[in-house]
Amino acid sequence: MRKVIVLVCLLLVSLSSVVEAQLVVEITEGIKRRPIAIVPFGWEGNGDAMPGDVAQIISDDLTRSGRFAPIPEEDMLQKPTTGADVDFDDWAILGVEAVVVGRVTQTGDNAYNVQFQLFDVFGRDQLVGYRMPASRGTMRRVAHRAADMIYEELTGIAGVFDTKVSYVTSEDRPDGRLYSLIVADQDGFNEYKIMESTDPIMSPAWSPDSRRLAYVSFEDDRSSIFIQTLRTGNRIKVSSRAGVNGAPAFSPDGRKLVVTLSDADGNLDIYTLDINSRQTRRITTHRAIDTEGSWSPDGSYIYFTSDRSGGPQIYRVSANGGSAERVTFEGGYNARPRLSPDGEKLAMVHLVNGNYRIAVMDVKRKDVLVLSSGRQDESPSFAPNSDTLIYATRPGRKGVLESVTADGLIRQRLASGDADVREPVWSPFQRF
Amino acid sequence: MSKFNALLVTSFFLLLAGCASQDIPDPDMTDETYDGQGADTDGMDSSGLGEGEMIDYDPTAGELADVVYFDFDSYELLPDDADIAARHGLQLAEDSSLSVRLEGHADERGSREYNIGLGERRAQAVRRILMLQGAQPSQISTVSFGEERPIAFGSDEDSWSQNRRVEFKYTN
Repeated sequence: MRKVIVLVCLLLVSLSSVVEAQLVVEITEGIKRRPIAIVPFGWEGNGDAMPGDVAQIISDDLTRSGRFAPIPEEDMLQKPTTGADVDFDDWAILGVEAVVVGRVTQTGDNAYNVQFQLFDVFGRDQLVGYRMPASRGTMRRVAHRAADMIYEELTGIAGVFDTKVSYVTSEDRPDGRLYSLIVADQDGFNEYKIMESTDPIMSPAWSPDSRRLAYVSFEDDRSSIFIQTLRTGNRIKVSSRAGVNGAPAFSPDGRKLVVTLSDADGNLDIYTLDINSRQTRRITTHRAIDTEGSWSPDGSYIYFTSDRSGGPQIYRVSANGGSAERVTFEGGYNARPRLSPDGEKLAMVHLVNGNYRIAVMDVKRKDVLVLSSGRQDESPSFAPNSDTLIYATRPGRKGVLESVTADGLIRQRLASGDADVREPVWSPFQRF
Repeated sequence: MSKFNALLVTSFFLLLAGCASQDIPDPDMTDETYDGQGADTDGMDSSGLGEGEMIDYDPTAGELADVVYFDFDSYELLPDDADIAARHGLQLAEDSSLSVRLEGHADERGSREYNIGLGERRAQAVRRILMLQGAQPSQISTVSFGEERPIAFGSDEDSWSQNRRVEFKYTN
């Protein structure tokens, strides 16, 4: 027992180690991009430069969205840092729709103010202006929040630049395979390894407050479900029965997990698990494989995969149990259901012409739209704005991540070093 | 003994008979007695000759594969692999000090947690055969690694068929 504890401690030592490889974003497909200008921010403070180039971070965010094309700095006819200095004619002549100006002011040893203003060039009016406090440690997040506000103002869609992504990597090392559970900013910066193991790690799931991750670990050659607090690295083992302990997903109120457990005969069913009391409640009772449960945003239904009709299809059942209702009928393989946070779309792994692809089904109209183009695409996860999904694909031997808008129009590849990357999950909005 | 069990044992005898019949003629050995070295009188000596005894067929002797394979999206054992599992079952039934961990695996296609389900069902299919042969539940544990621990790394049927498997890991 003592040995196990030491092992776990060793595993958790790596907690705050920043991983070197960063996700690099390559846009693979897209739509016509709207021209916009992000003017370099002014700087008033000690030293030559502000801590973190806020304008560049905003510009990179908007570029990465696939919807905007920030013009190069050298094309700018003026570089104002406050709204009063903006000459709309100088921007109209360049054909840009909108201009962002701003400045960073140092207010203390590690205290700054970041302010920005967004202008509509044709309307000659301010669309949004905002000032936020920042420290060196929060400067990137403040810039992402500014980008979120600009993006929402211009598109009507909530920005998700100030969010995180978690995923699992697998690396071949001379002494064996190493699995890591990573958390990174949505743009690939600040990659942190929160757990590593020589045994597989699977199925990370965010808590609704985005402070904790549930995951499955195969330490000691058995499956267990853990919940780990990101800030402290503390983790609790919430399920470690004989057989399968898998597929955790948090309830919308954060108090329960839906999990897959197997009984003595190895029959996999959907259970809910109260995190505080560890009490489980069996939701499905069927001879088939029932797994991959996830909650509807209002918490009333649990969607899950079952092969009770022969091949895997998606079903839903009341979160209190009862009889299950089949949800998918198109195609012979539909698995890993995830509802969009607005409850309108159901993402899944969908077999089409021998290829496993990411598809979304309109929950009301029931029509299915295939979003990805790989052979083995898996683990779709919605961004909290319901507009974009992230998933894993395997173009060669190694898995990489891609994101795609739910209308399928903008798709991007996110490359990450040499590791085999899988099971991305997008965090909820960060409220802290 | 169930009908299934009896059938399995019969098929072992048939298999054994098939192998043995090919081993009987051995020209090298017979040639040696005619190699011109003179008569070998050892064969005339009857000292030390006894009654002898019957031997039983021991299904747990000899090479026993420690992995069985499955078809795509299936958790049913193929007949030959059911025989392998049955031999493991007899081995466990005979020696209650043995215990085995059945590790179920899937190929890389499809969803990861669903593949965990497939691996577990495969391990359970093997477990049922072991218990049919008299192995005790306490001797058997199962774990599914789904597609997480492949032994072949290609993305083709050759690799996939090697990865859809249950491994027998004796822990004692």
